[in-house]
Amino acid sequence: MLGKTLKALLVGTTIVAGASAANAETFRWAFQGDAQTLDPHGLFETLTLGFQGNIYEGLVKRNDKMEIVGALAESWENIEPTVWRFKLRPGVKFHNGNDLKADDVVFSVNRLNTEGSDMKVVAALIKEAKAVDDLTVDIITPTPNPILPNQFEIFYIMDKQWAEENKATEATNVKGGDEGNHANLNANGTGPFIVKSRQTGVKTVLTRNPDYWDKNMRSNVTEAIFTPIAQDATRVAALISGNVDLAYPMPVQDWKRLESAEGVKPLAGPEARTIFLGFDQLRDELTASNIKGKNPFKDVRVRKAFIHAINVDAIKQKVMRGASIPAGLMVAPQINGYSAAMNARPAYDIEAAKKLMQEAGYADGFEVTMDCPNDRYVNDEQICQASAAMLAKINVKVNLLAQTKSKYFGKVLAQNGYDTSFFLLGWTPSTFDSHNVISSLIACRGGEDKIGSFNLGGYCNPKINELTAKIQSETDQAKRQAMIDEVFKIHQDEVGHIPLHQQPLSWGVSDKVEVVQRPDNQFDLRYAVVKK
Amino acid sequence: MLTFIAKRLVQSILVMLTVGLIAFSLFRYVGDPINNMVGQDTSLEERVELKEKLGLNDGFLLQFGRFAVNAAQGNFGFSYQHRRPVSDLIAERLPATLELSLVSAFLAMAIGIPMGVYTAIRRNSWLSHSFMTLSLVGISLPTFLIGILLILLFGVVLRWLPTFGRGDVVQLGWWSTGLLTASGLKSLIMPAITLALFQMTLIMRLVRSEMLEVMRTDFVKFARARGLAERYVNFVVALKNTMVPVITITGLQLGSIIAFAIITESVFQWPGMGLLFIQAVGNVDIPIMAAYLVLIAFFFVVINLIVDMLYVVVDPRLRVDSAGGH
Repeated sequence: MLGKTLKALLVGTTIVAGASAANAETFRWAFQGDAQTLDPHGLFETLTLGFQGNIYEGLVKRNDKMEIVGALAESWENIEPTVWRFKLRPGVKFHNGNDLKADDVVFSVNRLNTEGSDMKVVAALIKEAKAVDDLTVDIITPTPNPILPNQFEIFYIMDKQWAEENKATEATNVKGGDEGNHANLNANGTGPFIVKSRQTGVKTVLTRNPDYWDKNMRSNVTEAIFTPIAQDATRVAALISGNVDLAYPMPVQDWKRLESAEGVKPLAGPEARTIFLGFDQLRDELTASNIKGKNPFKDVRVRKAFIHAINVDAIKQKVMRGASIPAGLMVAPQINGYSAAMNARPAYDIEAAKKLMQEAGYADGFEVTMDCPNDRYVNDEQICQASAAMLAKINVKVNLLAQTKSKYFGKVLAQNGYDTSFFLLGWTPSTFDSHNVISSLIACRGGEDKIGSFNLGGYCNPKINELTAKIQSETDQAKRQAMIDEVFKIHQDEVGHIPLHQQPLSWGVSDKVEVVQRPDNQFDLRYAVVKK
Repeated sequence: MLTFIAKRLVQSILVMLTVGLIAFSLFRYVGDPINNMVGQDTSLEERVELKEKLGLNDGFLLQFGRFAVNAAQGNFGFSYQHRRPVSDLIAERLPATLELSLVSAFLAMAIGIPMGVYTAIRRNSWLSHSFMTLSLVGISLPTFLIGILLILLFGVVLRWLPTFGRGDVVQLGWWSTGLLTASGLKSLIMPAITLALFQMTLIMRLVRSEMLEVMRTDFVKFARARGLAERYVNFVVALKNTMVPVITITGLQLGSIIAFAIITESVFQWPGMGLLFIQAVGNVDIPIMAAYLVLIAFFFVVINLIVDMLYVVVDPRLRVDSAGGH
């Protein structure tokens, strides 16, 4: 045993020596915005959590193939239906030199529930965390939860002692009264990179953690510099001129330019984000239509007519430059619960659509206002314009209201009473599981189960809420999949929404580096390699 | 003189209050900040609670009153996006904007005034004609286009200059300066030219037309008749008398340079206050927007005050008046 440890130690030392002998490799990258905080429990948002993932780590992580693998936990098992036991990796140290212990995990679970935390959704998955010994933690869930490890990827572990020393035992509170929470601008994780300096909104410099536990990490980067660049044109120029090695997102219309420019190339792939249209099916009269006294979208024939009238392939060719993937389901292929057999879309068929409109009594069509963001998704406003033009063929006059995302979300979300009749929205389930999509977008809203909060159109079939609860706790994967399929079948038959496509990820990379593009648009420095 | 300054300072407070009031009445139309502050899975209850806690449900007069009282005590609140005190953020970004603006203003004057004088004296030389044509381009092209064109030429094609940012900065106390490092100076060139171009052409045209006016006056003719050197007549007698309107305009333009640095800063990702503001607008970060607008109003007022005082230095007639007459 001792010999083995010694050998491991020796191997470790040689690799470290090898790494330090290599030249300094600097990696510079740019995104359109900055991580809003370094506090790992401060904001549940892709860029922020993805950026923090280079500094902090969770019990599990996703590798370059998006599989869940161990990070701070070496192994885990569902010892009882409601108890998950995680075995921590021995010898892991925080950047300040403290050892990772089960206490830190328990502390982090509790921190998820503090007032400023934006991770209360994750906190709600946990009833209690118990340290069994220094390297074993039991996570007790309120109901059986078969996908808990999947939901834990973005739950990062903080050092209890460091948080106490720096008065950061509560999550950074955006509501104020917590000015200068140490964890907002400083970080002490276990990850491969250490924060060297940070000026919010301007520049963050990371240096490699020499004591990182994973000696097989692919990256050879020793220093990483992150700069937010808000303007598309400036970001593209920064990449082409060689001022950054990776920049994203790149405007889809600039791909040709990136291809022809020397030393850079576009890196495109399907994003796990599904873009869809939805309609108000709840109100008895639409708020923004010329039809009074009734709601045409309550009639499934009208909704079916809409889905037949929208030519997704044309949107793909003309608006998305061939880079989107038409969708029939509300989830992307990367999402757990996706079923290829069910992803077919109803055919584009104007005649069928006209006939359905006639049967529903709207042969002359009607007028409706469409809410659309113009800076949230890839070419969002153009998609809405194209859809409006297509719907004109079945005599539906769409008045397009395309606005910046703050205005758009301020209008259509729950806080404003779901003020929309017809809208475009996009969704990536944060857990990479269909349950998140069903419970957020498809289930009836306003019930006691408090789900369906992003079901902006108020589509409702009580059977789906029943199934949602069962999917949540079903541990048999086959049974679970059958129930997910059933939900999607009902939703498709009733045309609860009109899925359009998965939008493309659009990055630009220098030929000098190699990176892995994750379908959730996260960038992981662990897989960034600067070529010699 | 002192009463004059005191009066102007009182006026300036009124101006700032008015700007603040107008700003707050507009903030209700910029959208909902909450969605930018929480993740997509955050529950409705928490969103509603957050909005209530931030005081966003209050009437705009109440919100403005709260802001004015806090601002009077030097507290500009807490940025929604950066989660830091706004005063810290502004102090961090102010040097970048001021350096850029002052260098631009200097460039505009150092090039614009000689060009104006030259085109006035040698009205028909080919160089004057080309200056005039160039100035037309400068005055008619929008700032962002000039910025993008410069980036394309010197950043992407020639690769002489960095395309964004401020380069390495040196910290002098709380002031960060890019003027002391090579990368800082290189980064400054394109934004400064972009920002200066419009002002430069404006100053050139102004100096030219004023100069032409003054050259026709009797005292310049007499100066010539006395046999004074041509150079003395042009640069001392004539130029000095064209300076009053030029000082007014350049002074006021310094205010607009600082304010309109927004566009240049966002094209070059220059980490100044303008960039901070434009990002705040996108994210509905009300505390930053409010503080920035009031601060810019303050700059305008102070610059106006300095301009008024400079008149006295340049124009002897005003000096005599303010001293209480003969």
